[in-house]
Amino acid sequence: MSNLSSTERSTAPASPLLSVKQLRVDLPVAKGTLHAVRGIDFHVERGEMLCLVGESGCGKSMTSLALMGLLPRKAQINADCLNFDGIDLLTMTEHERSNLRGARMAMIFQEPMTALNPAYTLGNQLCEALRRHQRVSRKAAHDRAVYLLERVGISAAAERMRQYPHQLSGGLRQRVMIAMALMCEPDLIIADEPTTALDVTIQAQILHLLRDLQQEFGTAVIFITHDLGVVARIADRVAVMYAGEVIETASAQALFKTPSHPYTQGLLRCIPSPGKTPPGSRLQAIPGVVPSLVGKLHGCAFCNRCDQADEICQTTPPLHPIASGHSARCHFAHPLASSAQINTPEVVS
Amino acid sequence: MWAFVFKRTLIALSVALTISVLCFSLLQLSGDLALSIGGPEATAEQVEQIRKDYGLDRPVVHQFATWLWGAVQLDFGRSYYYQSDVTDLVVERLPVTMTLGVMSLAIALGVSIPLGVVAALKRGSWIDRMAMAIAVTGQAMPNFWFGLTLIIVFAVKLQWFPAAGSDSWQGFVLPAIALGYYATPAMMRLTRSGMLEVLEADYIRTARAKGLRTGTVIFKHALRNAVIPVVALAAVELGFMLGGSVVIETVFSLRGLGQLAWNAISRNDYPVVQAIVLIIALFYIVLTLLADILNAILDPRLRAR
Repeated sequence: MSNLSSTERSTAPASPLLSVKQLRVDLPVAKGTLHAVRGIDFHVERGEMLCLVGESGCGKSMTSLALMGLLPRKAQINADCLNFDGIDLLTMTEHERSNLRGARMAMIFQEPMTALNPAYTLGNQLCEALRRHQRVSRKAAHDRAVYLLERVGISAAAERMRQYPHQLSGGLRQRVMIAMALMCEPDLIIADEPTTALDVTIQAQILHLLRDLQQEFGTAVIFITHDLGVVARIADRVAVMYAGEVIETASAQALFKTPSHPYTQGLLRCIPSPGKTPPGSRLQAIPGVVPSLVGKLHGCAFCNRCDQADEICQTTPPLHPIASGHSARCHFAHPLASSAQINTPEVVS
Repeated sequence: MWAFVFKRTLIALSVALTISVLCFSLLQLSGDLALSIGGPEATAEQVEQIRKDYGLDRPVVHQFATWLWGAVQLDFGRSYYYQSDVTDLVVERLPVTMTLGVMSLAIALGVSIPLGVVAALKRGSWIDRMAMAIAVTGQAMPNFWFGLTLIIVFAVKLQWFPAAGSDSWQGFVLPAIALGYYATPAMMRLTRSGMLEVLEADYIRTARAKGLRTGTVIFKHALRNAVIPVVALAAVELGFMLGGSVVIETVFSLRGLGQLAWNAISRNDYPVVQAIVLIIALFYIVLTLLADILNAILDPRLRAR
């Protein structure tokens, strides 16, 4: 572990905006305890786009809710470190957390159709975020909202301010949600699958918009998605999650060039690419199912689906550093490892 | 919004017309009026005379038109029993019933909404269970019995309020509690279930993600949406309180519409019965219209329909 943090520190300037160490989220369920997030480490630099990738149920949404302090009341949160710009989030009171939410860290949700309150105008919902956190006049808040609506590509913004959510399409509502997240110029935006519920053409527009705004405003973004195509388009760095753990972190470039965890390699093989995937051929899939997160997991969480699994996989693998800023939680992780060539596993300790 | 109000008003008016037809038909269905007015000792000539005097020999449509034309001008004819204008009788009783109804509704809303909200927020706590107990008791207890209990405790034993009469506002307190308590459980349960549902909504999470204060989240974002079905129910409950307060008015000897209706029914005083049925039906229509408009103000999505 100390090995990892030293490599990370060497690449990171001063201190990261957000650093997470050994974050755990447990939910009581009928059959015991669901360990939704099982000790994850990652950090977010100022102004960067970190993609959190994984399939449904891998704990990525729970991670985002834990960061925002919006976990369900019965959820248990634990961490060695949950530090946001020098502030310890773990010891904060609920009131202090709410001062931070919306002001310095904002969130965009997956379902634009239901994320806005049907009873209030867009203007009302946009302005209340700003007026909660800053002493500004109604007029100033209104002007900022109109400005941001225009920035997210909504025409006739002043008229839209008086409209209700049901008068807008899903794509427009998601633009409003983005504008709402930007109201107080936060340092960090957590976007939880913001394009999943949208049409493909709208998806591309929203992705571009987020990327542009992120660069223009210098906001750090944690972008949560299950879609590696999206990751390839927008990410600076990627953290791949599986069964409540981060199993690989790397820069976007490194991840696509030298994926080091068998799960990441599997995910990449699953993407059909025009020209390479012969028409009519079966689409690739990772065999097996995700292990249940109720109760303790022993060894590598992926070993029952992994074609490289060996006896050593019955023990929990550490995060192996592969290159600067690139590490994978696999006993066989190796700088030279690539998807097809690992037949003779070698242990890197 | 105005188009919505106009459309709803047109619908309300057509319902009112339908009800007036039904209301008039009641009279026709209740047998030969001339015979019942004349009484058992009346001779055939006397019955014939009554028929002429009351215009009962003319065609039904003509009678209906005359009655409706009168009703529109607030002239419901003369009471057979009191031998005075029905309108005067009703106008004299109306304030009592209105005061009782509005006070009961205020009590019911004042108890049910806060209790429903707290029960939803503290789901499963002692306060939630207590609210549920109140709801079950309220729904199970006959209101005449509850009224009598109130009289025994607060009028006879403690002597805080008068047991009967509508001379001062104090006289209305006990009957309003008795009537309001009857309407409380349904509204409380609806508020509670509405709040539980709304608190799970995505837009509540959005509101919290904006860092809004708990009070803002609960009252601005949750309650406004949760209370929409309660408004519709409250309108029906108020209509019920205005029309169905017969029992409570009798228990507390209030000279209201309910009591008048009861007397009129037992004395075959048809013009009075007719007028009260029509007026109470109109109350329902107006209240439903108001509830629709209020709901459209609360929920903009309803305006489009």
